[in-house]
Amino acid sequence: MNATPTFTARAGGFFHRYANPGRFLKLGARLQPWLTWPAVVLTLVGLGWGLFFSPADWQQGDSVRIMYIHVPAAMLASGGYAGLALCGVLSLVWRHPLADLAAVEIGPVGACITALCLATGSLWGKPMWGTWWVWDARLTSVLVLFFLYLGHIALIRAFDDPQRGYRAAAILALAGAVDLPIIKFSVQWWNTLHQPDSITLTGAPTMSSSMLWPLGLSTLGISLGFAAIVVARTRAAVMESRIRALLSSPRRKGGAA
Amino acid sequence: MTHLPYILASYGLATAMALTLSIGAALRLRRDRARLDALERTSAKRTAPSAQAGATP
Repeated sequence: MNATPTFTARAGGFFHRYANPGRFLKLGARLQPWLTWPAVVLTLVGLGWGLFFSPADWQQGDSVRIMYIHVPAAMLASGGYAGLALCGVLSLVWRHPLADLAAVEIGPVGACITALCLATGSLWGKPMWGTWWVWDARLTSVLVLFFLYLGHIALIRAFDDPQRGYRAAAILALAGAVDLPIIKFSVQWWNTLHQPDSITLTGAPTMSSSMLWPLGLSTLGISLGFAAIVVARTRAAVMESRIRALLSSPRRKGGAA
Repeated sequence: MTHLPYILASYGLATAMALTLSIGAALRLRRDRARLDALERTSAKRTAPSAQAGATP
């Protein structure tokens, strides 16, 4: 019989090293300032640079400054949902307890950032396209993502038994991940009003470096801020589960009786 | 056409959202930490006398 552990078992072992709530609380407490303070500094520098010092676009004028919020929000809306899908895999395959708590906490933050992406898109679209909204493939697929987040938030809290909610929400997160490539490639697959991507992994960016630098800084800063908020909320959720466990412990119940 | 109201609205929305989420998370963390510390202290106090009683022959 082959005693070599399978990939699933080895990966499960790796992930379960961080399933211990005490270990996560220590790691999270150490990580928190390294996420929070760089996030604050990079976001302020990136957005300040974009708002006051970067040049206006020759076609779009000053409204291009909305890009320094809209683009990071759009990237994080998809990235946050990918994180939710990863939590879904960890929950369904390895029953990772922290993945369930993280999924509960990523959902509302992801929904807020997706709402910000849609709102800033509308605020950019009105002066550029003359309309707040069009049923364009990119806009519609991001709206679907927003509804997926709302569905996840509702489903994970819909059951009396939290484990059932975690399982159902994990399945929704995985099924909804099909929307991510649709969002990414919508501007190539369909003829959309939304412009194609200015930054790709394979080609040179079609943007001046005087705009690219503030965009990079604000994207990094807002991403770190997203991570900082999710880590803080997950730490709070772990503490709340410990509080519930302490309150329902037999010794305490016996003492209260 | 001036774009200033659209830009200000975008930055205002982003600032409001960032402040709401981060202050909410910080307050929740502080409240939970204080509550957990208090509960762990009372649990330790209860355990200590019973442990001493158990040690007595």
